[in-house]
Amino acid sequence: MSSVRQFILGEGQGIGYSGAMLQATSQQEPAPAAPGSQTVVSVTGLTKRFGERLVVDNISFAIQRGQCVGFLGPNGAGKTTCINMLLGLVEKNAGEIRIFDLETPRFHREIKARIGVVPQADSLDPDLSVEENLRTYAGYFRIPRRLARERIEELLHFFALHNRRDEIIEHLSGGQRRRLLLARALINEPQLLILDEPTIGLDPQARHLIWERLAILQAQGTTMLLTSHYLDEVSRLSRQVLILDHGQVVVQGEPRQLIMDFVGLEVFEVDGTAAELDGLEASFKQCDARLERVGDKLYVYAREDCSRLVKVLGEAGSWVRRPANLEDLFIQLTGRSLREA
Amino acid sequence: MNGFSFWTIWLRNGRVWKKNILATLIGNLGQPLLFLLAMGYGLGRDMAEVEGLTYLQFIAPGLVASAVMYSAALETTYGSYTRLTVQKTYEAILMTPLGVVDLVLGEIVWGASKGVLAAIIMLLTLPLFGVIPSPWVVALLPVLFLSGMFFSAFGLIMTALAKNYDFFNYFTSLVITPLFLFSGIFFPVETMAPPVRGILELLPLTPIVSLSRILCYGRFNEPILLKLLGSLLATGCAVWLAGYLLRRRLIQ
Repeated sequence: MSSVRQFILGEGQGIGYSGAMLQATSQQEPAPAAPGSQTVVSVTGLTKRFGERLVVDNISFAIQRGQCVGFLGPNGAGKTTCINMLLGLVEKNAGEIRIFDLETPRFHREIKARIGVVPQADSLDPDLSVEENLRTYAGYFRIPRRLARERIEELLHFFALHNRRDEIIEHLSGGQRRRLLLARALINEPQLLILDEPTIGLDPQARHLIWERLAILQAQGTTMLLTSHYLDEVSRLSRQVLILDHGQVVVQGEPRQLIMDFVGLEVFEVDGTAAELDGLEASFKQCDARLERVGDKLYVYAREDCSRLVKVLGEAGSWVRRPANLEDLFIQLTGRSLREA
Repeated sequence: MNGFSFWTIWLRNGRVWKKNILATLIGNLGQPLLFLLAMGYGLGRDMAEVEGLTYLQFIAPGLVASAVMYSAALETTYGSYTRLTVQKTYEAILMTPLGVVDLVLGEIVWGASKGVLAAIIMLLTLPLFGVIPSPWVVALLPVLFLSGMFFSAFGLIMTALAKNYDFFNYFTSLVITPLFLFSGIFFPVETMAPPVRGILELLPLTPIVSLSRILCYGRFNEPILLKLLGSLLATGCAVWLAGYLLRRRLIQ
């Protein structure tokens, strides 16, 4: 918990995101092939069927120490099933999972003693106060009472909950509940933090506060597995992403590189009538770009600098030009169709 | 991890229970005490003695046993189902080093503890009704704890099978209420016709009711060993089944 203590000292200095910090940390990351103790999670050939439905289809991936891996995919892609298999809450049909070099589910107790989980659904004890929730959870990990008290104190401060310690959960705001879920997940000083939609349903202020705390934990070397549908959140936090669809890994790698490889450099979004867009499509042929028409909209994914086309666009109705992002990559790889249909 | 990890779940339930102490005690004790008053005092005044006891004395130990049953069974149905579904407490617990076995033991021992507490309070009120238990009543407490484990496990089995709260209506109407009425609390099972008697003696509450009467008054007029072994076996099976079914529900 000394890590959290460091934060408290540095609170006033406004630790946030800086490109330099991210750069520095990413250079310290081990090479993907680093053997032995550097690999925190190693999954090989993981498969799960629910009845006839193949939910997870022969998945393999690894998470290295200190990495924050964004675990992405449309609803029903198999993310939650995968996470639940890591935790031993879903039985696998085939494959091997090793966490901290221990096999799961055989050593699920030993493994879970070193994992923290922020679940998607609020599972706080509504009858208990903030502090009692943490104390109860510390009990499950059999953390000695005095040590637990110290950690609870630090976590309450770290997540700005110390003024609400005696409040019953019902009286907390959504943001406070999420922060408490995070605090609870950290009670055992986990070496691996699993975050399932950690900021779902929160206002921007609350989300930023959580991102800031997560960035601090990350800078201190906590390994993280993050699932989120907010792809800007994933871009901020993860330097590795893994996109899952139909139970399979579609792509895995460093987001900037993947965006460059699969989407391009920048995107033009143009609104217009069918005739206008047809005309524009012709001019965009001069540039190395992939075009996509969705309704009254033309998306131009440019693989090179297409500045010279700005003149052409100037005459069109409304358009924006922006850098290609993770959301483009996601849509590109998993399609635009809804999954629950 | 040692085998007593389930204790932390017991402590969690205790922490929550402390906040609503009065409501749960009244809920668990109200019915048996009212029955004691209405049937024992109201109806029993004009009745002949049963097995050498006044009617109030006759029904008092069985009502204590029924308080354990109600307390334990309601805790692991409505209470546990809320923790399983609405509050997602089990989900939260399974993300820690605790497993399904800890969870099941924690819930069952908790339900049994609540049952025994209700029994103790009820036993303490008996002198107000003119019923003075013998010192053997101390030996009754472990028996009631065993019965509490049985009914907690039974309730947890229902929880593992339930799709919604209405499902528990079957349990209370078709299991708990008949057991309350036909386990020899209000009439001596021994005087029934043999086939009926045989069926009634196989009900899980019947041996507990007679053991309660025996130990409450220290009158060893019936063999107790078979009743104890039978209850022990039934409890073992119920705990195992509760564990099996809850695991099936929680781990897909």
